[in-house]
Amino acid sequence: MLSPAILTAAVVNGLLTGAVYALIALGLTLVYGVLHIINFAHGALLTAAMFAAYFAYRLLGIDPYLAVVLLAPAFFCIGYALQRFVIGPASHGDDRNMLLVTLGLAVVIENALLFAFRADTRTLDLPYALSGVDLGFTFLPLPRLIGFVTVFVVTLALWLMMSATDTGRAIRAVAKEKLGAELAGIDVAHIYAVTFGLGTACVAIAACLLIPSYYVNPNAGNAFVLVAFTIVVLGGMGSVPGALIGGLVIGVVESLSSLFLGESLGQIGIFLLFIAVLLVRPSGLFGARA
Amino acid sequence: MRGFGAVAVVVIAMALVPFLGVSNVTLNFLIIALMIALAGQGWNVLGGYGGQYSFGHAAFFGTGAYVTAVLQVLYGVDAWIAFGLGIAGGALIGAIVGGLTFRSGLRGSYFALVTLAFAEVLRILSSVAPVTGAGVGILVKLDLRPAAMQFESRAGFYWMILALVAVALTVTQIIERSRFGVWLIAVRENEDAAAALGVNATAIKVIAMVISGAITAAAGCFYVQYFLFIDSGLAYGTWISIEALLTPIIGGVGTVFGPLLGALVVRALGEGAQRITGGEAPGLDLVVYGCVLVLIVGFAPRGLMGGLSQLRSRLWHPARAVKVHHG
Repeated sequence: MLSPAILTAAVVNGLLTGAVYALIALGLTLVYGVLHIINFAHGALLTAAMFAAYFAYRLLGIDPYLAVVLLAPAFFCIGYALQRFVIGPASHGDDRNMLLVTLGLAVVIENALLFAFRADTRTLDLPYALSGVDLGFTFLPLPRLIGFVTVFVVTLALWLMMSATDTGRAIRAVAKEKLGAELAGIDVAHIYAVTFGLGTACVAIAACLLIPSYYVNPNAGNAFVLVAFTIVVLGGMGSVPGALIGGLVIGVVESLSSLFLGESLGQIGIFLLFIAVLLVRPSGLFGARA
Repeated sequence: MRGFGAVAVVVIAMALVPFLGVSNVTLNFLIIALMIALAGQGWNVLGGYGGQYSFGHAAFFGTGAYVTAVLQVLYGVDAWIAFGLGIAGGALIGAIVGGLTFRSGLRGSYFALVTLAFAEVLRILSSVAPVTGAGVGILVKLDLRPAAMQFESRAGFYWMILALVAVALTVTQIIERSRFGVWLIAVRENEDAAAALGVNATAIKVIAMVISGAITAAAGCFYVQYFLFIDSGLAYGTWISIEALLTPIIGGVGTVFGPLLGALVVRALGEGAQRITGGEAPGLDLVVYGCVLVLIVGFAPRGLMGGLSQLRSRLWHPARAVKVHHG
């Protein structure tokens, strides 16, 4: 039998990891909620942001947590430009084309990174990476604790933006009724690009939170994004609270299933949950309809 | 009968290639291009004619490959029988995945996601299960006899994959002319309207996925016979899911010859990219593929076949050229 202490530790660790998952899922769900497509380039963008955070520290000596201030706006612009000048024009408003274009972008970004940096795995040795808070029954690593808090701050900021600013209102209007929003004078192409930019900025923040305690290689983002897909489906596509709660739940499920089943089978647990949710309740636990 | 004639002409012309004294390098290039074309032809039945874009056709390719390899190596089954069972395995996976997803009404983004997830589950399972050689993979014994489905010369393999491609081309041609094909296209164009007119959309899509899975699995079976090795990354990796959808999209979705044309072009581009950098460029070929995918979707949504037919009608009927095929 496992002692309650080990179980509690696994749950707490799962919650900490789950928060970062939630942030990645938040970006995905935001884009889905407005554009109604799954952004298959999300993982590649995460990897790119992780490389950016890595080199910001290695070459310029910028701490990953400070790099958030630079990388979030930079990746917002990248996301904006991708949607406005590549994905939007290339897909002619057809959903299937949009999927293909984001897939194509994912292939390009991932392999350009592979070409530039090879398959080597890189890690940062930060002085505070191993420090943390001892709760008695478990030890909370500082980077993951900071990550947990940051995710909630970011979510709150995003929620405020969505509910209190004109841009936020415009985004919600486009998500609900695109044609009506267009008739009311909202520039839909611009709002699409802003949303895509916000989703990409989420990924950049997540990358900065991950890099102190994780590694980066040209595939690093994929593992997270497959989990993020699961979260988004579980929480309901387009639902922000769904992404948050889903992220925390998946973090705990993963932590517990790798405790009981081992690392690689733990991953299968997530996929099976994913397929099961899709088949049984594709609208997710919090979504209104598919 | 014009369509079948075209298939025959193309296949016969390609069958003569080994007599032209081409090098083994060229023949090897053509064999791989044909194998990718076969995988793409499978994708094209479901994605091109049925409009269901799968991002996980590796599930079929890998299953075909593993069934062939495991039956031969572990159970001593005859290579030809194992090949047939590999194809049946792909069809079965198609029936399972199609039955589950289409009955739950998954479309578009959701369908792409769930196929991707199935391929990933199979990849992880095959990387830990002992029967698939876990992380090490499976080696098939070298036995260069046609009875073992292995050939002394490259030409033997070339004709074999060409024969498989010919079968797939014929199957596609039959689908295109059949009532089933019309229903399938109706489902692609407007599923709700098709269903309202009495087409059993779910059943049609599941059947398309079974045929699609069988064809793509055949490419996986051939992979094992040609390279005599398979592991989880090769069998269920994303590379084959991407190439299977890339070839028909570049060549022309929902056309008989699209995947074949697309595979030749894609492979030539990838090869060219590697050649320029002297082969020391991991990932560069895929960067090229990704760019081509975005460019084709953006500028020639009907692929190279679409471009060709537009060119032809412009040459034959210059006055009407403006009106040709839109949407």
